[in-house]
Amino acid sequence: MTSKLFKQSVIPGFGVTLGFTLAYLGLIVLIPLSAVVWKTTDLTLAQFWATVTEPRIVASLRLSFAASLIAAAVNACFGLILAWMLVRYRFPGKKIVDTLVDLPFALPTAVAGIALTAIYAKNGWLGQYLEPLGIKVAFTPLGIMVALIFIGLPFVVRTVQPVLEDLDKEIEEAAASLGANRAQTVFKVVLPIILPALLTGFALAFARAVGEYGSVIFIAGNLPMVSEIAPLMIITKLEQYDYAGATAIAVVMLFFSFILLLLVNTLQAWTAKRTGRDL
Amino acid sequence: MAGGISTAIDAKSIKCNQKLIDATQESSWVRRLLIGVGLCYFFLFLLLPLGAVFVEALRKGWDAYLAALVDPDAWSAIKLTLLIAVVSVPMNLIFGVAAAWAITKFQFPGKRFLITLIDLPFSVSPVIAGLIFVLVFGAQGWFGSWFMDNDIKIIFAVPGILLATIFVTFPFVARELIPLMEAQGKEEEEAAIVLGARGWQVFRYVTLPNILWGLIYGVVLCNARAMGEFGAVSVVSGHIRGETNSMPLHVEILYNEYNFAAAFAVASLLAVLALVTLLIKTFVAWKAARIHAELKED
Repeated sequence: MTSKLFKQSVIPGFGVTLGFTLAYLGLIVLIPLSAVVWKTTDLTLAQFWATVTEPRIVASLRLSFAASLIAAAVNACFGLILAWMLVRYRFPGKKIVDTLVDLPFALPTAVAGIALTAIYAKNGWLGQYLEPLGIKVAFTPLGIMVALIFIGLPFVVRTVQPVLEDLDKEIEEAAASLGANRAQTVFKVVLPIILPALLTGFALAFARAVGEYGSVIFIAGNLPMVSEIAPLMIITKLEQYDYAGATAIAVVMLFFSFILLLLVNTLQAWTAKRTGRDL
Repeated sequence: MAGGISTAIDAKSIKCNQKLIDATQESSWVRRLLIGVGLCYFFLFLLLPLGAVFVEALRKGWDAYLAALVDPDAWSAIKLTLLIAVVSVPMNLIFGVAAAWAITKFQFPGKRFLITLIDLPFSVSPVIAGLIFVLVFGAQGWFGSWFMDNDIKIIFAVPGILLATIFVTFPFVARELIPLMEAQGKEEEEAAIVLGARGWQVFRYVTLPNILWGLIYGVVLCNARAMGEFGAVSVVSGHIRGETNSMPLHVEILYNEYNFAAAFAVASLLAVLALVTLLIKTFVAWKAARIHAELKED
C-alpha cells in the first residue's frame, strides 16, 4: 500500500480484509444482481415496455407504491407519537413498549401475515366487528396497508428516537423564555430539528414496504387488478417460466429502490448536518 | 418579617419555575392524549398480532399443538431452518468483521461507496433477491446448464436457499460493527502493535472485547432474519415437502391447506424466536449503556 491514496498504517490486515470483503460482496451481491440487468437485455425495448405496461402489472405496481406510501405516512405520524412518548413521558409498561417496537424486525413476515389475517378476516378477532360496519380489511387493499403498517412501524420510531434524546432541552427553554407557547415551540423549534430524521424513517419504511412480500400475500387475497402486489407478479411470471417478464418488473422496482436509497443517504447527511451528529 | 419576604420570594420563584416547566412541557391532557393514542396504536398493530399467534396456535388444545410440532414434515422444516442459520450466520459474521476492520482501521478511496454497497441487500425486495439466484443458477441461467450437466442442483434445492438467505442477511453484522468500531477509533490497536502484539492477537485481545456486544447484537438480528426469511427462500425453494421447506414455508403450506392450528403452532416457535431475539437485544443495549456509563465515570 505505497500509493499516496492509501494512508500508511501500522495496523495489519488491510489487504486480507478488504480483499475478502470485496470478493464476498462481489460473489454474493454484485454478480447476482447484475444478472437482472443481463437478463433484461433478452428483451427489446418494445417487449420490455409491453411487459411493464400490461394492465395487471401496472395495477400491481400502482397498488404497491400507493399502499406503501400511505402505510409509511401513517407510520410517520404515529411513529413520531411513539418516539415522543418513549423519550419524553413516563407511563406504565414503557420498557415493554420500547422493546416490542422492534418486533416487526424480528418476527418472520409469514408469521405476521397469518396473524394479521386471523385478526382481520371476516370471522376474525376484529374482522367480525368491522364487517357489519361495512369495513372489509382482509383480502382488500386496506388489508395490504395494515400489513405494510406493521412491517414499517419500527423505522420511524428508531430514526426519530435518538435525535429526540440528544435534543438539547435548552433550545426549548430558550424558545419558551422568548415568549413562545408550547405548541409554537414544538412545531417551530423541535419539529424542524427532527424533520430530516422523520423523513429518513418515512423513506426507509416506504422502501421496505414496496418490496414486502411475506406479510402481505396472506392478507391480500391476491385478486387480479384489485389486490395483487408487484412482488407477487414477479413470482407469477416466474411460475409461468417467463423469466424475462419477471426480470422486467424487477428492474422497475430496483430502479425505484435505488432512487429511494439515494434519497435516504441524502436525508441522513442532512440529519447529521442539522443535529451535529456524525452518523 | 424576614421570613415573610423569603416566603414571598420562594412563592414567586416557584411560580416562575412552574411557568417555565409549563412552557417546556405539554399540558397534562395533551400528554394523556398522546400516550393514549400511542398505546392504542401499539396494542392494535404490535401486541394484538403477537397475541393472535399464540392464541390461534393453542385453539385446538395442547395435544394438537404438540402433534403439529412433532409431525415429520415440521421436523424436517425445523432442521432445515437450523441448517440455514448455522451456515449463513457464520459466513456473514466473518464477512462483517472483515469489512468493518478494513473500513474502520484504514483510509482508502471509495469507502462511503463501499458502505452503500454493503447496505444494498436491505433495499432489494426479498422476491428479487430470490429471482437473481434463479437467473444465475436456474435452468435457463448463466451457469444453469453447466450445473445441470454435472448433476448439481442449486435452485429448488438447499444450496439455493442458503445463497438467497446469505444475500438477504448480508448487511446485518457489518452495519452493526462499522459505526461502533468507527467510534472507538484505532489508537488501542496501534498501541498494541507498538507493544509487539501480532495481528490476530490485536483482534482477539484488544478489538474483540470492545466490540463484543455489538457483535452479538448483529449476530442475533442476522440469525432472526435468516431463520424467518420467507420471500427470497420461497422463490428458490420449489416447496418440496420434507426437503426444501424451511419453517416459514411450512407455515405457508399448512395455512393454505386450511390447517390453521398447525400453521400457527409452527409459527409460534418462530414468534418465540423473535421474542428471544428482542430480549437479547434489550439486554445487549442495557449492557452497552452500562459500559458507556462506566467509561464516563473513569
